[in-house]
Amino acid sequence: MGRLPKWNEMQEGFITKTLSESINKTGTWRTFKPIIDYSRCTKCGWCVIYCPEPCISFESSGDGKVVIDYDFCKGCGICAEECPIKCIDMVMEE
Amino acid sequence: MQKVEPFLLSGNLAIAYAIKQLNVDVVSAYPITPQTTIIEKISEYVAKGELKANFMLVESEHSAISACLSAAASGARVFTSSSSQGLLLMHEILFITSALRLPVVMVVANRSVSAPINIWNDHGDIMPQRDTGWIQFFVESAQEAYDKVIQAYRIAEDHQVRLPIMINMDGIVLSHTYEPVYPLSDSEVASFSPWNLSLKRLDPDDFLTIGGFCYPDYYFETRYQSSKALEDSLPIISKVDKEFGKLSGRSYGLVSPFKCNDADTILVSMGSISTTIRATVKKLREKGEKVGMVSLRLFRPFPLNELIKSIKNAKAIGIIDRALSPGAVAGPLFTDVTSALYLSKMSIPAVNFFVGLGGRDVKIEDIENMFVNLKKIPTGKIKKHSYYVGLRG
Amino acid sequence: MPFKNLKEIIARQDFFSPGHGLCAGCGAAQIARIVMKIAGKDSIMVNATGCLEVSTTTYPWTAWKVPYIHVAFENAAAVASGIRAAYDALIMKKKLGKDVNVVVLAGDGGTADIGLQALSGAFERGDRITYICYDNEAYMNTGIQRSGATPYDAWTTTSPAGQKTLKKDLMGIAIAHRVKYAATATISYLLDAANKVEKALSISGPSFIHWLQPCTIGWRYDPKLTVKLSRLAVKTGLWPLYEHYDGINKLTVQVPKRTPVLEYLKLQGRFRHIMDNQEELAKIQSYADELAAKFGLGPVVE
Repeated sequence: MGRLPKWNEMQEGFITKTLSESINKTGTWRTFKPIIDYSRCTKCGWCVIYCPEPCISFESSGDGKVVIDYDFCKGCGICAEECPIKCIDMVMEE
Repeated sequence: MQKVEPFLLSGNLAIAYAIKQLNVDVVSAYPITPQTTIIEKISEYVAKGELKANFMLVESEHSAISACLSAAASGARVFTSSSSQGLLLMHEILFITSALRLPVVMVVANRSVSAPINIWNDHGDIMPQRDTGWIQFFVESAQEAYDKVIQAYRIAEDHQVRLPIMINMDGIVLSHTYEPVYPLSDSEVASFSPWNLSLKRLDPDDFLTIGGFCYPDYYFETRYQSSKALEDSLPIISKVDKEFGKLSGRSYGLVSPFKCNDADTILVSMGSISTTIRATVKKLREKGEKVGMVSLRLFRPFPLNELIKSIKNAKAIGIIDRALSPGAVAGPLFTDVTSALYLSKMSIPAVNFFVGLGGRDVKIEDIENMFVNLKKIPTGKIKKHSYYVGLRG
Repeated sequence: MPFKNLKEIIARQDFFSPGHGLCAGCGAAQIARIVMKIAGKDSIMVNATGCLEVSTTTYPWTAWKVPYIHVAFENAAAVASGIRAAYDALIMKKKLGKDVNVVVLAGDGGTADIGLQALSGAFERGDRITYICYDNEAYMNTGIQRSGATPYDAWTTTSPAGQKTLKKDLMGIAIAHRVKYAATATISYLLDAANKVEKALSISGPSFIHWLQPCTIGWRYDPKLTVKLSRLAVKTGLWPLYEHYDGINKLTVQVPKRTPVLEYLKLQGRFRHIMDNQEELAKIQSYADELAAKFGLGPVVE
C-alpha cells in the first residue's frame, strides 16, 4: 500500500466501500495447505460451503471442478476434516 | 410576510409543533422530566395522523439515541429529546453520532444530575456532553426554541455540515412556561428546511460499511475530520440564522451582546438566566451604571471571535456557570471564555459565578451583587476568582 | 420454499468477502456467510461490537457486500429497530419504494448480557428484525472472559476454576416475549440452519435465532474441528435443535442415539481441568439428560 490518506482524503463519517478481497490477502497466514485429489473428488460441495473465508468454489468454466483460492486460504483444515471421502490433504507449506 | 396570530405555548409544546411542521419521519425518545410533554404532544400528533411519523417507544434513552442514529443513516429525518440522567445514559452514543456524521436533532430540557435526584434546572447534564462533537445551541425563550429547531434541521442536513445538533432549553423555566410563540406556516417551514434523501447511507443498491474498526493509522484523521467539520459549521450556522431572519423577522446571532460597547463590567451567560441579567442591566443603566451582558446562543462550536468582539472593552468580566466542574481550575464556561481571552492576547480580569444549581432561583438582586463585585475588581480589592452565589455557609 | 439440499445453498450468491481478519477456522465467519447467502442483496447488516465486527470491518476494508452498520456493544437491537422504523416510515410516506431485511449478528455478550435490555425492547415492540446471536460462550473479542452464556465448568480467563452457573436460557427469554419465531441453530446442521434463517426472515415481527458457534481460540481446539464440535454439541444433547413458532416448540433435528458428553468435552481445552473429575463430568451429563428429556431426544449410547 502506498502513502496513507490525509484526513481530508478520507470519506466523511468513517465509511468504507473497499472490499477485503481486493486488498487483504490472508493466504500468508497459512501453515498447512489443503491439496485436493481431483481423481477422487465427487464435487459434493461440503468444503465449498464450510469454508469460513470463503475461498473454495466450483470453477465457473470447464467441468466445474472445486478450486481453492490460496490467496485467501488460512489453512484451517475444515475442508479436509469435513470432506466425506477424505480427498483433501493438508500439506506443510514450503 | 403574512401577519400571524401568536400561539400560547410552553417551550416543550413549541418544539413539538415545530417537529410536526418539519414532517419528521422517525421519533424515538424515553420519558424524563422535564422533557416529557414534548414527546407526549408528538405522540398525540402521530396518533391523530397530523404527523406521519414512526414514533419508536423504547426502553431507555440509550436505545432512543441508537435508533435515531441508525434511522438517520437510513435516510429518515429524526428527532429525540432528553434531560439529565437520560442524557447521561446517551453519552456513549453521542460521540458516535457525530463521528459517523449523522444529522440527528435533539432537544435537551436542561436539568441537574443526581445525586441527589432533583428535577429542576441547571446545566449539569449538558456540560459532560461538551466534547461529544455535537453543535450545541442555548435558547432563551419558547420562541427561540421553536425557531432553532427549524434552523437545526437545515444546518444538520447541510452536506458540508452533516453533524448532530443539540438544542439546550432550560428545564421547567422554559420547558413548562407558556408564552406567546409566533409560528411560521407549514409551507414556510417545508421550504426553509426541506428533507433530502441524498443523506441516506444504508442503501442496498450502493452498499457501504459504517462504523467499523481502525488501527492507530486512521483513528486520528477520522476524529480530526469530524472535529474540523464542527469548527467549519460556524459560518453555515450564521448564514442559516440570517436567512431565517429574512423569512421570520427573527434572527439570534451566535452571541447576543447587550449594552457592551461602553460597559466597564460585563456578565457572560447562557440560557434563560440571560433574560434576568438583561433586565438587571436595564435597571442598572437607568441608575447610570456602565454595565453590560452577553449571552452565548451557540456553545459548540465556540463563537470565539464574536464573543471577544463584544467583551473586549470591559475592565472586568463575570462568567456565569450553572454547573460545577469539580477539581477543575474553574467552571466550564469560565474556562472557555478565559481561554478565548488568552488566545486573543487580552488579560481582562475575570471571575466565575456559580449560580442556580438544581433550580435554585437567581434574583435580580443576586445579579446586582455580581456587578457590585465586578466593579471592585479593578481596585485590586477582590482576591477570589470563584463565587458560589446563594450557597449557605 | 425450504432448501432441500446443499447445492441450493451453495448456488446462492455470497455477500461475505474473503480477506477478512477472523481466525482460521472461525465459526462466526461461517455463520455470517450462510446468513448473508440466505438474506441476500436487499438486506442491511447490523453488528454489535465483537470479534465479527472488528475482524470484518478493519478500515480501510470491509468484508460486507451489503450495507453494514456497527454503532456500539449494547445497542444492536435498537440500531436494527431504528433502521426498521426509518424504512417503514419512508415507505409509508412514499419517499422510498423498496423494503429491506434488517438482520442483526451479535455475540453472546452483546445479546445475553449487555445487549439484553435493548433486545427486550425490540421484542416487546414487535419490530420486524431478524436477530441472530452467534454464541461462542464467552467474551472472545476481549480475550475469553466469561459471559452469561458460558456453560457450566468451562474455563475462561475470568472463570479460571471453571464457570459455576448454567448458561442463560436465551430461547426462554425470547419466547417469554412472545416472539413469533425463535430457533436454535448450529453450522453442522446446515440445511436446518438455512431453513431457519429463511423462516425467520419471513416473519412479520421480530425473529430470533440462537446459533451455537465453536470458537477455536476460546474453546481451545484445533481449528479444523469447528464443524465437528458443532455436530457433537447436537449429538450429545447439549444443543438441541428446535424452533418455536406461533407458541409451539418443535424439535427439528432428532438425535436417536446420543453421544456421551465426554466425547464433546474432551476435544476442548476449556474443559481440560475436569477430564479426571467424574463428579463434574456426571453433572454435565445429567444436564444433557435433562435437556434430552425436555426435547424428547434418544438415550445415550456408548
